[in-house]
Amino acid sequence: MSGGVDSSVAAALLKEQGYNVIGMMLRLWSEPGRESENRCCTLDSMSLARRIAARLDIPFYAVDARQVFRQTVVEAFIDGYTQGITPNPCLVCNRKIRWGFLLEQALALGADYLATGHYARLRTAQSEATGETAPVQLLKGRDEGKDQSYVLHVLNQRQLRRALFPVGEYTKEEVRQMARDFNLPVASRADSQDLCFLGEGTYAEFLERNAPAVKRPGPILNTRGEVIGEHRGLAFYTIGQRRGLGIAAAEPLYVKEKDLARNALVVAPRAELGSQTLLAAEVNWIRGEAPPAPFRAEVKIRYKARPAWATVTPLPENRVRVQFDQPLRDITPGQAAVFYQGEVCLGGGLIQQP
Amino acid sequence: MTTDRIYLDYSASTPVDGRVLEAMLPYFQQHFGNPSSIHRFGQRAEGAVESSREQMAAALNCQPHEIVFTSCGSESDNLALRGAALAARQQRGANHILISPVEHHAVARTAEQLAEVFGFEVERLPVDEYGRVSPQEVARRLRPDTAVVSIIHANNEIGTLNPIAEIGALCRQRGIPLHTDAVQSGAHFPLDVAALNVDLLSLGAHKFYGPKGVGALYVREGTPLLPTQTGGSQELGRRAGTQNVPYIVGMATAFALVQQEHAERAAHERALRDRIIGRVLEEIPAARLTGHPEERLPNHASFVFRGVDGNQLLILLDAAGFACSSGSACKTGNPEPSEVLTAIGLPRAWALGSLRVTVGKDTRPEEVERFLDALPELVEKARLHNGEHGESP
Repeated sequence: MSGGVDSSVAAALLKEQGYNVIGMMLRLWSEPGRESENRCCTLDSMSLARRIAARLDIPFYAVDARQVFRQTVVEAFIDGYTQGITPNPCLVCNRKIRWGFLLEQALALGADYLATGHYARLRTAQSEATGETAPVQLLKGRDEGKDQSYVLHVLNQRQLRRALFPVGEYTKEEVRQMARDFNLPVASRADSQDLCFLGEGTYAEFLERNAPAVKRPGPILNTRGEVIGEHRGLAFYTIGQRRGLGIAAAEPLYVKEKDLARNALVVAPRAELGSQTLLAAEVNWIRGEAPPAPFRAEVKIRYKARPAWATVTPLPENRVRVQFDQPLRDITPGQAAVFYQGEVCLGGGLIQQP
Repeated sequence: MTTDRIYLDYSASTPVDGRVLEAMLPYFQQHFGNPSSIHRFGQRAEGAVESSREQMAAALNCQPHEIVFTSCGSESDNLALRGAALAARQQRGANHILISPVEHHAVARTAEQLAEVFGFEVERLPVDEYGRVSPQEVARRLRPDTAVVSIIHANNEIGTLNPIAEIGALCRQRGIPLHTDAVQSGAHFPLDVAALNVDLLSLGAHKFYGPKGVGALYVREGTPLLPTQTGGSQELGRRAGTQNVPYIVGMATAFALVQQEHAERAAHERALRDRIIGRVLEEIPAARLTGHPEERLPNHASFVFRGVDGNQLLILLDAAGFACSSGSACKTGNPEPSEVLTAIGLPRAWALGSLRVTVGKDTRPEEVERFLDALPELVEKARLHNGEHGESP
C-alpha cells in the first residue's frame, strides 16, 4: 500500500470480497537529504497508508527495502546509463523488489497472494481434460489508457500464481469513484509517472550527483560520420530527442543512435530516423516457454508507446528478433519490447544495441 | 489471523485499570470546572488536582508542591533537562550537560538540541555491557559548570537498572542537580525520591495502568528550573496550561495502586519473565539476553538474535497473534541498530535482531507458554529470510 488511490481501493475490494487482508508498504531508497521528495514512500504517505489500513481494519506493516532497492534498482539504473543505454528501473523493481523481496516477505507471513494496485488482469484457464492448471495469462488492464502490463511482463508463473490485481477490472475513473464510496482518505496527488527516487529533480541531475562518470563528452556525428558538434555525455540524450543538441542545421536534427564504441552521438534529419527491426534479449515468456515459431504481435517499445504490428521471431538464448511493419523512430536500447496478441501479454525482453 | 491476540508489550503501554477509569469519569461531565476558577465548579476541580498531587507526593516521599503535572513522560524529561540546563546557565553560567548513552530519546534529543541551539557541551558517560553507568565515572566527569546530570533509572529497551541513589549522592555533594527518567521503573517499584537522592524525576501514567496523555515531574524544592511552557501560573508557574483534571486523577489513582500492589505484581511478573528468559536462551540458538540478568525491570525480557531481521520478526509475531517490540515503539521499519544496543557494544549482526518481551499484571502463564512455543520457529524464519533478497526461483 502506498497511500495512493489504486492500492487503497485494491485493499478495500479484497476486504469486501472476504479475503483476510494484510497491508504492506515498501520503504524504498531516496537520495540522502531528499527523502521527503520521494514520489511513493514518504513518511507522509506512510501515515496516510496507515490511516487507510485503520479505516479498513486491516493490519499494516512497513517493510524497509531501502538497502536492497539501492543495491539492485538504483545500481542497475546507474550502470545502465554508464554503459550508454536508457534503463527502465521500474522493470527491475517489479521483478526484484515487489515480486521478489516483498513477495517473499508476504509468503513468510503466511499470505497466499500478493495484491497490488496495478492496472492489469490475470486469467487462468483450467484444462478440463487433464485437470491440470494451464499457465496463468497476463492481460492488459480494462482501462487501456492506464494499462500497466508493460512493467509486469517480467513476472514468471510462480509469481503470477501468487498475484492479484483487483483494480485491473476497472477504469481509473471507476477506481476513483470507489475510493469515494469506500470513504478512503487517499492522496489526491497526480499519477506517478517518473521514477520514485528521482524526487523533484530530473534523471540528468540525479546522474550528475550519483554517477559523475557519465559526464563524458564526445563527438556528435551526422550519418556520414562527420563531426558536427560535441555532446555532454551519452547518458543525457535519448533516442529520438530533438531539443538540446545545440547544433544549427538547415533542417531539424534528431538523436538517431548512440555509438558506444566511439562515445559518439549520431544525429540525423527526421527522414533518416527509424529502424524496422530490433533485437531483444533476456526475454521473459509469460507462459514459461518460447513459442515454437515466429508469430504476429503488437509490440510496445516503451511504457507509453503505441503498440506497433510486427513479426516476432524467437531465437536461441532467450532472444527475439522483432520485424516491424513500419519503421519506428524511438527504439531505445535498455527499454523493453513487450509483445501482445489482443489483450494478452505474451512477454517481452530488453532492447539491445543494434 | 488469530483473533485472540496475546499482548506482551507492557513497557510500551498498559490498559487503563478499571478502578482508574472509574475514578476519572466524574471529572469529564460532573466536575468539569477549570481548577483556576474562583467558583465552586473550579474549586471542585482544583480539589481533585490537589488531592492527586498529595497522593503522588505521598507515594514519592516528597512535598505536594514538588510535583508538576505534565502531559506525558517525554514532556517531563523535556522540562527537566531544558528547564534545569537553562536555569543553571542563567544563574551560574553553567555550560556542561552529562547524560548516559542509554537515555530515552526524550532526554537524548533534548540534550542534542541544547547543544546545537544553545551551545551546551553535552558529554556522554560510558556504560558497561549491561548498559549500566558507574558512579565513579560520573564523579570523574562532574565539573563546577555542570548544569544538570540525567541518567535513566531503568532503560526501556534492555530493562537495566542504574545505581541512581549512589550517583545522586555524588551529585548532591557537588550541588549539581540530577534528573532521572523513571518512566519505566515507576510502574514497578516504590520510588522514594529522598532515598534516590534525585532532584528531578519523570513519570508517565500509561506505563502503570493509567491513561495516556498525562505525566508528572518531581522537582525537589530549591532546584532551579526555567519553565519551558509559559503562560498562566498553574503548577506554581513551572508549567502553564489548564490542568487535565480527569487524567491527573487517573494517574494519581493508578500510582497509588502501584504502591499498594507492586509486591504481588512484581512477583507475578518476575516468574513469567524468568520463564521467558530461561526458555528463549535454552531453545533458540544464537540468542543473547540484553541488559543485566538481575538488576532489571521485573517484567522485562530483552534479547538479540544473531542474523535476524528484528522488524520482520515483529511482523511475523504480530501475524501469529503476539504483540512484542524491538525495544522502542517505532513503526517505520528503520533497519538501523538502536543507539542503546550499539552503546552496550553489540555488533550490527546481533543488534539488528532485537526483541523485547514485557509482561503485565494480567498476563497469564498459558499466554507466555503459547508465545514461547511459537517463537523459535518465527526467529528461524526471520533469520533465514534475512539477506535472501535475490530473484525468486
